[in-house]
Amino acid sequence: MNSRLRRLSVIPTAAIAAALVFGACGDDSGSSSEATSASTSECPTINEGTLTIGTGTPAYSPWVENDAPESGEGFEAAVALAVATELGYEGDTVEWVRTTFDEAIQPGAKNFDFNLQQYSITPERSETISFSDAYYTTNQAVVALADSAAAGATTIADLVDVKFGAQAGTTSLDFITNVIKPSTEPFVYDDNAGAKAALEAGQIDAIVVDLPTAFYIAAVEIEGAAVIGQFPVDAGGTSDEFGLVFEKGNPLVDCVNAALATLKENGTLAEIEKTWLSDKTGAPVISLG
Amino acid sequence: MSDLPGTVASHAAFADEQRRKRLLHERNVKRRSIAIAATSTAIVMTLVAVLVPMTPGWYKVRRSFFNGDVFGDTFPGLISAFVKDIQIFAWCAPCIVLWGMILAVCRSVRTPALFPLRMFAAAYTDIFRGVPVILTILLIGFGVPGLGLPRPWNSPYIWGSVALVLAYSSYVAEVFRAGIDSVHESQRAASRSLGLSSSQTMRFVVLPQAVRRVVPPLMNDFISLQKDVALVSLIGPIEVLRQAGIDKSKYANFTPYVGAAIIFLLLTIPETRFVDHLMARERRRTSGTTVR
Repeated sequence: MNSRLRRLSVIPTAAIAAALVFGACGDDSGSSSEATSASTSECPTINEGTLTIGTGTPAYSPWVENDAPESGEGFEAAVALAVATELGYEGDTVEWVRTTFDEAIQPGAKNFDFNLQQYSITPERSETISFSDAYYTTNQAVVALADSAAAGATTIADLVDVKFGAQAGTTSLDFITNVIKPSTEPFVYDDNAGAKAALEAGQIDAIVVDLPTAFYIAAVEIEGAAVIGQFPVDAGGTSDEFGLVFEKGNPLVDCVNAALATLKENGTLAEIEKTWLSDKTGAPVISLG
Repeated sequence: MSDLPGTVASHAAFADEQRRKRLLHERNVKRRSIAIAATSTAIVMTLVAVLVPMTPGWYKVRRSFFNGDVFGDTFPGLISAFVKDIQIFAWCAPCIVLWGMILAVCRSVRTPALFPLRMFAAAYTDIFRGVPVILTILLIGFGVPGLGLPRPWNSPYIWGSVALVLAYSSYVAEVFRAGIDSVHESQRAASRSLGLSSSQTMRFVVLPQAVRRVVPPLMNDFISLQKDVALVSLIGPIEVLRQAGIDKSKYANFTPYVGAAIIFLLLTIPETRFVDHLMARERRRTSGTTVR
């Protein structure tokens, strides 16, 4: 009896211990959120005095040249630095961090003020993260080897029997499944590198990516590949607008939107686009009919 | 003459009484065990149910991991994607058993002339057991098709399956080898003295006993294979894990992963119980009673 009592008494002890642990957690996060709210100014950043910008790991051309966003070379690197300058951050006060594509659009606290790696603004994503206004509008394009089944396609009907590949979780993949609706299921890869390898190996006939990436892949990365065509901007119901990604409800969004508006107005954004991205008119348009 | 049956009867009554008492006692012990188990389970569950929602981030976690709407939207798609996992498993498993068995036998040959075979089997298991399955799949899945094979021979289904077979056969070979080694030397001696050759001994005496012993650990490897099939998604096919990842990105919500986990559990929990059952049967077969 005695020994059973002693054994049973373990349970309340465990409960108290658990309550203490959980309670301690609660206290901890409470004090930290207090700390952040104490430093609230008009445009708060996660580390006071510096602007922390996230991008891909690695970051690809033509968005970031040489995987070195600090240099400001490449379209997104230049846009990010221009926004930073508008907000009053320059040189050492701009910090870069790297995240994967998926990581940044997951719910929860972020280790960056904003992140940019060609995130298309979608209503579903907006449920868990906040987007800035668009800094670039693009459309989807098809890249294939010159002798593939996709070559010479002028309408979507020509693409139905093509074996496609795309990066997982992208609007390009949505575009394949919802707009092109090919007869065989597309293959999906963690990143564009996988899709490119499969294209080179002949496992897939064509990949779908945004137009600037398509030009880059065809021109630099895969020998013998060409941009078969681009789809009309509003194909699939919405145009693909790239936005900066913020933690859900981050008040910095308004500041950044104001900065983007200024950059659009004074022509800086157009200038950056002209410097780093190819001319969109170079690829034939594939009709949806 | 008249009191003899009485004595027998009273003996029988006494034995009956003892048996009844014993059964009653055992029933009481069992009932008490069940009561204690139920109470402690209830307490733990209540603590979890009460304490977890008290954590500051709970409402966020619930929204992004246990979202009913997202679950309803994505679960049917996950189920149909899971068919691919089952297919890949179904054609990989027999290949793995066969190839693993061949490797184990190679490794167990004792003929000096066949030493290179032993060496090959040892090197093979060392390599494929030492490299993470995920790397084997990436290297073979992207590497071999790059050689320029024509379709359909460059399919990721083929090379992903080959990678799984290569990796898992090394685990399975080791399990078989342990089984072969566990057959007592006297069995071989007896077999050889009866005139069976070395290979006949292996075929008719050692392997039947070895395989029987290793069925439970083998099943463990296959449960683990059932889960690792999902890694084939890295080289292209959209199976359940990839489908969940796509849905996760689409909805920016983790509920599809919870859905995928549920699907895996629906399959692996019965498998695990089946292995438990096999192990219990093996224990009953080889040992005496159970001690409570």
